Amino acid sequence: MAEKFLMKGNEALAEAAIRSGCRHFFGYPITPQTEVAAYMAKRMPKIGGTYLQAESEIAAINMVLGCASAGARAMTSSSSPGISLKGEGISYIIGSDLPCLIVNVMRGGPGLGGIQPSQADYWEATKAPGHGDGQVLVFAPASVQEIVNLVGKAFDLAETYRMPAMLLADGMLGQMMEPVEFPETEPVVHEKPWALTGTKGERKPNIVNSLYLQPKELEDTVKARFERYAVVQEKEVMIEEYQMEDAEYAVCAYGAMARVVKSAVVKARAEGIKVGLLRPITLWPFPTKEIASYGPKVKSMLCVEMSMGQMVEDVRLAVNGTCPVGFFGRTGGVIPSPAEVLAEIKKMAGGAN
Amino acid sequence: MAIVFQKTKGLTDKETHYCPGCTHGIIHRLVAESLEELGVLGDAIGVAPVGCAVMAYDYFNCDMVEAPHGRAPAVATGIKRARPDNIVFTYQGDGDLAAIGTAETVHSATRGENITVIFVNNAIYGMTGGQMAPTTLPGQVTQTTPYGRDVNYSGFPVRVCEMLSTLSGVAYAERVAVNNVPNVRKAKAAIKKALKAQMEKKGFSIVEVISACPTNWGMTPVEALKWIDDNMIPYYPLGVYKDETEKGVHVK
Repeated sequence: MAEKFLMKGNEALAEAAIRSGCRHFFGYPITPQTEVAAYMAKRMPKIGGTYLQAESEIAAINMVLGCASAGARAMTSSSSPGISLKGEGISYIIGSDLPCLIVNVMRGGPGLGGIQPSQADYWEATKAPGHGDGQVLVFAPASVQEIVNLVGKAFDLAETYRMPAMLLADGMLGQMMEPVEFPETEPVVHEKPWALTGTKGERKPNIVNSLYLQPKELEDTVKARFERYAVVQEKEVMIEEYQMEDAEYAVCAYGAMARVVKSAVVKARAEGIKVGLLRPITLWPFPTKEIASYGPKVKSMLCVEMSMGQMVEDVRLAVNGTCPVGFFGRTGGVIPSPAEVLAEIKKMAGGAN
Repeated sequence: MAIVFQKTKGLTDKETHYCPGCTHGIIHRLVAESLEELGVLGDAIGVAPVGCAVMAYDYFNCDMVEAPHGRAPAVATGIKRARPDNIVFTYQGDGDLAAIGTAETVHSATRGENITVIFVNNAIYGMTGGQMAPTTLPGQVTQTTPYGRDVNYSGFPVRVCEMLSTLSGVAYAERVAVNNVPNVRKAKAAIKKALKAQMEKKGFSIVEVISACPTNWGMTPVEALKWIDDNMIPYYPLGVYKDETEKGVHVK
């Protein structure tokens, strides 16, 4: 059996990235993800990698763009206000069909907001990571072990589909210490014939670009990208279904929030309420079909988030009126307690939704 | 029959989109010839800007990436860190380099990033139709300074080479012009020297090229070349502003 380590979420994330073959990290300090950068700064020089502290979040994401265009596994890590700054670069990376990993350890917003855990960047991550038609893969781990597992997967899928991947975590997960095992498998190596390596006079130049001045050409490029997105939506959805076999009620939650919900579900079950948990692990692609399948089976659903209600819109779209969908959330860094969630489940079971 | 002259392999056969009398074409050729003559065309990775030269990726016959506006030095940094043995250059205009990309320019320079920046200064935003640039001269009329640039209101033009020459990471900074044959020759020598500094891993190198924009200056090409002598060079004196290419900038 693999060795177990007791690690902080942020540090496990960094170590997992290194073990996934990432040797280039570009970042800018921001709470609450600074441990990722600190870990990289310590480890990268020892293994011939790059840790570079950029002058801004904008520069960091553009260093990732350049590094990825040269064929390397590159990543950056930040928190909510920093991700807003990276929006421009993320859009260009999408438009240039480049793979990379972007970590958002979410904190409360808008503006400078706060530094406590939040899930208020769901819309940004899944609907509008930058301008234009485009998506990024979005993974939402709920434990330190899942962070480790998803980092490797994120790099792999980003390179398979030539698109950026985002790991959407929150300060709770980043700071939490848990035992983890690192996978012993070697990272998958993808051929990158499109990468900028220098022609060596042996091939035509490779061009990495997102500019198409002819509308039809741009439309065709975007449509081709969306055909890839359709494959991602078909093949790469991940969801945990907990106690859903006989469930009359379902609670939807992701990330660290889902752990609080799970405690509440266990307590509700003990009190005789047949409730289960639907936990999307990929937020894009969203588990639309999986959640939709429960619409006709349950009496009601409840979406619980650390925001004013963002994922709840996708849950409602998924069930498409086949069951009522209520919402409970706290925001600004306030974490709903299991007791609060339990009270909401009881309300739902009492017919509140 | 002996070939006495031919087009450099560093440029593709694509016709450029530049306006008549624009000197981007000359500068493209100088960069391409330099890469070829130094034997590094096959190792070159270029970064195109946003601005008139946005489609430089179609003209340079080497691997190219198109960067977001102003971010070329950051993109080049990422490439260079992944591939330290490739020759990485950016090709940027004045708006790109000295306005929206000032931070990327200054910090890649102060890091001593082993890249070469070709900075085309024509004192105006060309692609968007002739607005005030960070390098627009005092009193110069543009679309957004219709009464002439009032320095008390819009601030003073930025002298990039002078500014960057104060930074320890800069191995080479020279300002040249391409408005007559002797100047074109000097410009090529400067570009070659900058690229050579990079090949020898000496640190950050920049060549600022004073360039003509007859279309947006509202002049004939010949008038524009003369306007460079009469107006631009007095404000932006040509010459070497920093040369650490012997020992390089990196601390041993």
